[in-house]
Amino acid sequence: MINHLIVGPLLLPLFMGTIIVLNANQPIFRLRILGLSSCLAILVITLVLLFQSVNGPIQTYVLGDWPAPFGIVMVVDRLSAMMLCITAFLALASLAYAARGTDLQGKNFHALFQFQLLGINGAFLTGDIFNLFVFFEIMLLSSYGLVLHGGGKLRTRAGMHYVLLNLVGSSIFLVGVGILYSVLGTLNMADLAVRMAQAPAENAALLKAAGLILFAVFALKAALLPLCFWLPAAYGFTSAPVAALFAVMTKVGVYVILRVYCLIFSDFAGVGAGLLNPWLLPAALITLAVGVAGVAGSRDLKRITAWLVIVSVGTLLAVIGTFERNAIAAAIVYLPHTTFMTGALFLLADLIGRQRPKAGSGLVPDRPVERPVLLGLLFLFAAVAIGGLPPLSGFFAKVTMLMMVQGSAGAPWIWGLVLGGGLLTLVALGRAGIIFFWKLLPADDSETGPEICRAPVPVHMPADLFPAALLCTSPLLVVFGGPITEFAFAAADHVINPVHYIEAVLGPDRSLPLLYPFGGE
Amino acid sequence: MEWLVSACFGIMIACGVYLVLRARTFPVILGLTLMGYAVNLFLFLTGRLHTNLPAIISENQARYTDPLPQGLVLTAIVIGFAMIAFVVVLSLKALGELDTDHVDGKQEAPPS
Repeated sequence: MINHLIVGPLLLPLFMGTIIVLNANQPIFRLRILGLSSCLAILVITLVLLFQSVNGPIQTYVLGDWPAPFGIVMVVDRLSAMMLCITAFLALASLAYAARGTDLQGKNFHALFQFQLLGINGAFLTGDIFNLFVFFEIMLLSSYGLVLHGGGKLRTRAGMHYVLLNLVGSSIFLVGVGILYSVLGTLNMADLAVRMAQAPAENAALLKAAGLILFAVFALKAALLPLCFWLPAAYGFTSAPVAALFAVMTKVGVYVILRVYCLIFSDFAGVGAGLLNPWLLPAALITLAVGVAGVAGSRDLKRITAWLVIVSVGTLLAVIGTFERNAIAAAIVYLPHTTFMTGALFLLADLIGRQRPKAGSGLVPDRPVERPVLLGLLFLFAAVAIGGLPPLSGFFAKVTMLMMVQGSAGAPWIWGLVLGGGLLTLVALGRAGIIFFWKLLPADDSETGPEICRAPVPVHMPADLFPAALLCTSPLLVVFGGPITEFAFAAADHVINPVHYIEAVLGPDRSLPLLYPFGGE
Repeated sequence: MEWLVSACFGIMIACGVYLVLRARTFPVILGLTLMGYAVNLFLFLTGRLHTNLPAIISENQARYTDPLPQGLVLTAIVIGFAMIAFVVVLSLKALGELDTDHVDGKQEAPPS
């Protein structure tokens, strides 16, 4: 029995996006209702998939009923179900925030948003490496539109770099996929893993080159140093709901690195085994250090948050870079927390910035904001969660990660950088909070300098605050910490051992070449 | 023929990389286009070099070329074309908004 729900997260945004494009001239509230109902439906579908995956096997959906190595398969295991769920929830909150006015700044916001979801969901679901390229392109093309949404010089300039870099990245991706296909003769990821295990030593150099070329592309997507410098400008200057949704885009890169290098280049992969082991951990640690420096050095809350995205990627990949089951499980615990909290901080930065006529979200004293207690408490909440202080989820996630990497050789570095980074993050966010809520100019200050570049946007506090508050799921992640950790370990079991994935996609016994590469018993 | 084809690919990629590293949007777009062509050629070559062989399996033909790279390259061409069209429009928009075609949006110093 095929589970048709699996293609739901793809077909639904595709159809809804098309409907919205065709109705682009309708009143905006109809488009908002269409977009929000689509996001809500995707959330429900992904939750069902998540609950099915908790106790169930890895599910596959064979498109067009072409058998697995030849046709394209969609694969839902625990990790991809969780990523889908995170995306859907973040998308719902971002779109709810955008529906408060951001979507009026330019055309076709809602259609682009749906196609963006199609691309992200596709990248999480697909089990075919060329199909992954196609979904990356869908994701990127809509993200180009969303980054530039609203226009303005800063956005255009940052968007230009983002687009050019990703176009080069796409070309390189195709070269990597081309090498893999020409040597192994397949594009299905499970089949690639099987054939990689059987590949003769004479092809080792080509296969390793392909793996590292692909890593360069995924590192660009995940914003790993030295390919991370496009991110602060692109995320810092774009509109807040888009930046909040993009908090999950770098996690697409993290997910793909985890998927490809634990499946195709796993420990069973013969000539390609352990390809990334010498690279990922150092690169991620340097990314983490540079990200923290960026957080400490930024003079604007949006930029701080954008650098926090890089810190989060660095932390995740440093822990994943040990390539141990327990560490990967801890990274899976950290993933929803960091995605939701950076998303929430982007929305909060925008709410604060909109009410400060001179400085915006810059770290300069300005007039007091409306409802400082509510907004300030929410900001404190987000800062505590991101910095990793108890009693919120950041603390528990970081403790889990630090405990689980203890056995690895890089443990002292990870401990030092994660803890030191957390401290500097707290200092930076604390400084921002002090300037925003305590160092105030008098409200009736009539002396408005020439630096006013835009009229403050009126904010309707409770309603506008709701989406940001929605993202503050941190206490829930603590309350349900036990089940989430159990789930993460179960998910890591499926990720770290490619046999499960291969047998789910290709059928039983096809993973035997991995276990017995020389045909022995 | 291997030498000729691989030299073609190498020269196209080299020219593409050189142009992409230029500071003006026009050469950068030309470079991206060139890299796109080179990559499409490369994808086509992943099916190995053959002459006078059909991409269709039939009973009359003992040998055939791999039809999958041709399908892949078709997809890659369509996507690449769309991306180039987009970046052309974007650079025109940037030229209009920033008053310069420098990729960093910097105003050049006036000629002395």
